[in-house]
Amino acid sequence: MKKAMKKYWPIFLLPTFAAFVIGFIIPFVQGVYLAFCQFTTVKDATFIGLSNFTRALNDSTFHHALWYNCAFVIVSTLAINLGGLAVAMILTRAIRGRNAYRTVFFMPNLIGGIVLGYIWQILLNCVLSLLEKPLLALDATAGFWGLVILMCWQQIGYMMVIYIAGLQSIPDTLVEASEIDGATPLQTFFKVKLPMLMPSITICLFLTITNGFKLFDQNMALTAGQPAHQSELLAYNIYYTFYGRSGPQWRGIGQAKAVIFCIIVVAISLIQLRITRNKEVQQ
Amino acid sequence: MKKRLLALALVAALALSALSACSSTTDETQAGTAAPTSGETAAGEAETPAETEGGSTASGGSVYYLNFKPEQDAQWQELAQIYTEETGVPVTVTTAASGTYETMLTSEMASSDAPTMFQVNGPVGLNSWKDYCYDLSGSAIYGELTSDDYALTEDGAVYGIAYVIESYGIIVNQTLLAEAGYSVDDIQSFADLQTVAEDITARSDELGFAAFTSAGMDSSSDWRFKTHLANLPIYFEYQDRGITSTDAIEGTYLDNFRNMWDLYINNSTCSPAELTAKTANDSLNEFLNGDAVFYQNGSWEYANVVGEGKYTDDDVTMIPIYIGVGDEANQGLCTGSENYWCVNKNASEEDIQATLDFMEWCVTDETALQAMTGGEGAMPSGQAGMAFAIPFKQAPESSNLFVALDAQMTAEGKTPVSWNFTTMPSEEWKNMLGSAMAVYAADQTDDNWAGVVSAFVDNWASEYALANGG
Repeated sequence: MKKAMKKYWPIFLLPTFAAFVIGFIIPFVQGVYLAFCQFTTVKDATFIGLSNFTRALNDSTFHHALWYNCAFVIVSTLAINLGGLAVAMILTRAIRGRNAYRTVFFMPNLIGGIVLGYIWQILLNCVLSLLEKPLLALDATAGFWGLVILMCWQQIGYMMVIYIAGLQSIPDTLVEASEIDGATPLQTFFKVKLPMLMPSITICLFLTITNGFKLFDQNMALTAGQPAHQSELLAYNIYYTFYGRSGPQWRGIGQAKAVIFCIIVVAISLIQLRITRNKEVQQ
Repeated sequence: MKKRLLALALVAALALSALSACSSTTDETQAGTAAPTSGETAAGEAETPAETEGGSTASGGSVYYLNFKPEQDAQWQELAQIYTEETGVPVTVTTAASGTYETMLTSEMASSDAPTMFQVNGPVGLNSWKDYCYDLSGSAIYGELTSDDYALTEDGAVYGIAYVIESYGIIVNQTLLAEAGYSVDDIQSFADLQTVAEDITARSDELGFAAFTSAGMDSSSDWRFKTHLANLPIYFEYQDRGITSTDAIEGTYLDNFRNMWDLYINNSTCSPAELTAKTANDSLNEFLNGDAVFYQNGSWEYANVVGEGKYTDDDVTMIPIYIGVGDEANQGLCTGSENYWCVNKNASEEDIQATLDFMEWCVTDETALQAMTGGEGAMPSGQAGMAFAIPFKQAPESSNLFVALDAQMTAEGKTPVSWNFTTMPSEEWKNMLGSAMAVYAADQTDDNWAGVVSAFVDNWASEYALANGG
């Protein structure tokens, strides 16, 4: 067996590796290169140095999108994870129709972001107009909370699945032992279950934070950045800079923004992974 | 344990990103649905070049037209097929969905079989694509133009050919207007229009209809206002200053613009606060249902307004957009073009030749001319034609009522309002103006109007500087 592996590893490894190079490494390197260029189509680019980065960093819509997105990530990460964990706690108890509920909570995840965005736009606009409040496209705060509601609705079910898996993997013996020792349910939760859940929490936080930063279709369908770029998240801001603005200089600026964006997301995710993984305990 | 969960999560993350990648590619292919079928059949025939009639046509070349107008997609597909049957030259037509032309052009231009024929919307659009435009001076199609005014020239080179001349104004439902006790002859100025509209609003419960269809600020409809209505204050300012473009607009007539916008949004079928949710279809359907008398739109809507199950030529007419400036008695419709054909100079020589031949055919061949200018039943398949007014020597009269009205008004000595929105500094300028107009509509305060003025005047200067400063 081992001998065979030694002989045939290229057959298994090379196709995937080739796909990885073609689908990820080449576009990534080309993308970084294009951030230093001025171009209309990616085929003929002229190198212009760092000026795209200075212009990207001086763009006020980009600043706004950055802090708006950070606020969104904080709020949505908290809401989705608390919600997901709460639902998981409830649905790991012996309730009738437990699997049916799990399916129902998971289902929104199967609908595409654009469709969800438009559906929620109609729903929220109806509510807002009944309350005689300005519609989503006129009010960046309403747009913000609309986006949070949408993302919670879509993602809580997904995180719930991961948390359920985590909760079920906690050995009953530990929980029983703590009960025999006289721990209250709250103490059991915080002192026993939560530390044992840390691997799931690491994953869920990673997923929600990166999703929050990369969020694009929901943002585009729900508000499209209205009013006047006030509800734009970073990914949509980059897209708009690249495609929405005419003139050759904008493509490079959009590309520069994308590189900055990539660095920010990678940095934040690494920090988060480090912090939460330190808190993980071994069984 | 930990490792297994982590592996699980990584797999999940991978699957998610793979799925999202899938969805983005399907979007792209869907956008160009109609294209591959005609392209494939055409390619099959091209292998045995049918050198029956057009023996002189370029052999080996093919045409790929990226069409801007979704309304006319079916007609272009049919024309492409007819041309291929006649000459053996494969013609692929792809139409970008409304509002996505620049996006699609950008990505298509970077692909290995880039469009050989595409569109720009005027001088500002040309600015982005000049490096890709083939010089059309000396081409057959340039010789077919009735006037040099319809060519997009820069530094002596001809980069674009306007292939359709359009007019817009306020489309009027004459039947409803008569029910309200007026006729179009009563409307000769902004003051008249205001009187009529406000009277209809006052009696709307009794009449059962409103003055204006909803001025939707959804992206499918907001161009009617942020671009087309905004053209009027720009036009009158250009007239005063004797210029045709500027790096800084003064906004002399913005008060008139505000009056007009107030009139539109406060005498409409819906509350002004709901406008951001109203689409182009909402507005059209309101007009077709007889919910409103006035509908600001252009000659391209002719086939949507007149036809079977819709109105007849006698029911509707179009009046100029009066904003209370200038010589209103002699003001005509807003007439011009923002549709210029360009040829991709990076295409192979055979493809360029094939494209030039196709363009020439479109404006000289009888079937093609019929398709481009005719209305009901003008296509060989029996479908409605494009009903364009096209500026070419051999073109027959267009069957489009609104186009005829424009010609009639010009003959009566009225001056058409030219399309100056092609000189608006950028799409971003239009978007910011539209956004400010929608905010103002929902809450009509002076503060919010100041936002519109700033989007109009300040943004013009900054966007112009960005677009032209490098």
